[in-house]
Amino acid sequence: MSGSGDEPVTLFGRSLHPGQADGHVLALEEPLSFWGGVDARGVIVDAHHPQRGVTVAGQVLAMQTGRGSSSSTAVLAELIRSGHAPAALILAECDAILVIGALVAAEIYGTSLPIVQLTDDDLARLRTGTPAAVLAHTAPHPATVIAKTR
Amino acid sequence: MPGDDALILTAEEESMLAGEYGPATAMCMRLIVGVARATGAERLVPIESAHADGCLYHGIAGLEFTERLVSLGARVRVRTTLNVGSLDLLHPGLVRADPEVAENGRRLMDAHVALGCEPIWSCAPYQSGHRPAAGSHVAWAESNAIAFVNSVLGARTDRYGDFIDIAAGVTGRVPYSGLHLQRNRTAALVLDFSAVPTALLDDDVAWPAIGALLGDLAGTRVAALTGLPGDLHDGGVTEDRLKALGATAASAGGVALFHVVGVTPEAPTLDAVLGRGATTVPVTAHDLRRARDRLSSAATTSLDAVSLGTPHFSLSEFAALARELRDGLPFASSVDVFVSTSRAVLVEAQARGYADAVRDAGGRILTDTCTYVTPVLRDGIRTVMTNSGKWAWYAPANLGIDTVLGSLAECVASARAGRVVRDERLWG
Repeated sequence: MSGSGDEPVTLFGRSLHPGQADGHVLALEEPLSFWGGVDARGVIVDAHHPQRGVTVAGQVLAMQTGRGSSSSTAVLAELIRSGHAPAALILAECDAILVIGALVAAEIYGTSLPIVQLTDDDLARLRTGTPAAVLAHTAPHPATVIAKTR
Repeated sequence: MPGDDALILTAEEESMLAGEYGPATAMCMRLIVGVARATGAERLVPIESAHADGCLYHGIAGLEFTERLVSLGARVRVRTTLNVGSLDLLHPGLVRADPEVAENGRRLMDAHVALGCEPIWSCAPYQSGHRPAAGSHVAWAESNAIAFVNSVLGARTDRYGDFIDIAAGVTGRVPYSGLHLQRNRTAALVLDFSAVPTALLDDDVAWPAIGALLGDLAGTRVAALTGLPGDLHDGGVTEDRLKALGATAASAGGVALFHVVGVTPEAPTLDAVLGRGATTVPVTAHDLRRARDRLSSAATTSLDAVSLGTPHFSLSEFAALARELRDGLPFASSVDVFVSTSRAVLVEAQARGYADAVRDAGGRILTDTCTYVTPVLRDGIRTVMTNSGKWAWYAPANLGIDTVLGSLAECVASARAGRVVRDERLWG
């Protein structure tokens, strides 16, 4: 994809869960386990994580994949319920643990947290702090992330 | 990245989705199908049983989801056992949960029972009579139970967790993907233990160390282990060792399947499980010592508590503990000793006198839950010794304490001495 720099570009991916969201990108340097890794307000509390203290709430959270416990499903659903979840998740690997959290929140609370799978290369182009717009159709149909890239 | 929607459902599955089996089954089928579409599965597979982990309280969303299922009239279609909850229902004085967590945790446990699940309240369902046949498809949650049912029993489960576990129990289906597929069950990595001294492998503390090393080297990949002793018909010793190995490997790395060549059911020979292009890593006693040392965060020999039974203590582990206690010496009064187990195993341990041997020495027995997921240890406890690699991995972050990993015999000797006592000679 061309157009790096000031002009936003459109990255094409695959939807893992449908939804539409705007927010600022938070690109994680390492995978994050929601269980034991973020607190009830969405702040990263994992002592081993390089971005400890940063909040994921309302961000377009980009990471390679989730990590660790299957209880992350319940933690993500709870963050969605309480309004402290990321605005969208952008992953390079499909992570069923996180997809289920979004599916359950959709069933119970009518929310639609978009989860998008991009290639490794496109994921790596997302820059923390830049605005992004995410649109994901029903899985596994197409999804787009519009953002300024590196 | 698979792009097209490749999923094909049977007529019965379409009927479930359409609501002909009721609104609860339709909702659960939407979850199963949603995950199948995300993972790119081409079909679903019927399961023979499930083990559900969603009964441990993590917040209101999980409670509302489960109570919604109950109100919609859901019942599980296949045998579904329950993992630990947030409370010890048999010994309510032992857990000091705050009132909201205690109330909601109890409601969550009750809701799972109302769905028709079996309240064994154990992370080791394979010790409470839930042992699927080799080759059967199941949907199990809880990382140690997943590793055990795949590796030691040879049944097939992918990694399941909260919500999808109960959805699988209600629909009797899971996506046909991941470790349900034979092609994903071959080893990408071989660890060779033939250079490790037999005396070290004969000590129970070697096995969580092996698990930590395996988790570190394999990550989420499947590995084959060669040069390890074992016989799954030896009365429980090998099962206990592989339980400790798998639980630690699942915690330290995300391992969901390992093969012990000549011991576990899918690996009569290395060739039977060897994947294309697999690499071999020779392991030394020194590697195992380093793995053990990473599971010990304490810098001193002072000791406040000992925690045994993560995953839940087996009957054979109770027998071994009773043997260590047979001379009748009590634990030091300064050291709290906890053993976590299932209520089914406790009944057997009670009948054989093992439980009384533990209590007579000053120990306390916890059921239905575990000492690292709910508040049990008293305030002020700083250093805890355990024979469990999984407990040692999670407790420092969950509980804010330091850990020391030791064998069962070392845990007993330390609890009596009131300080950490370990035999370093084995490790070379």
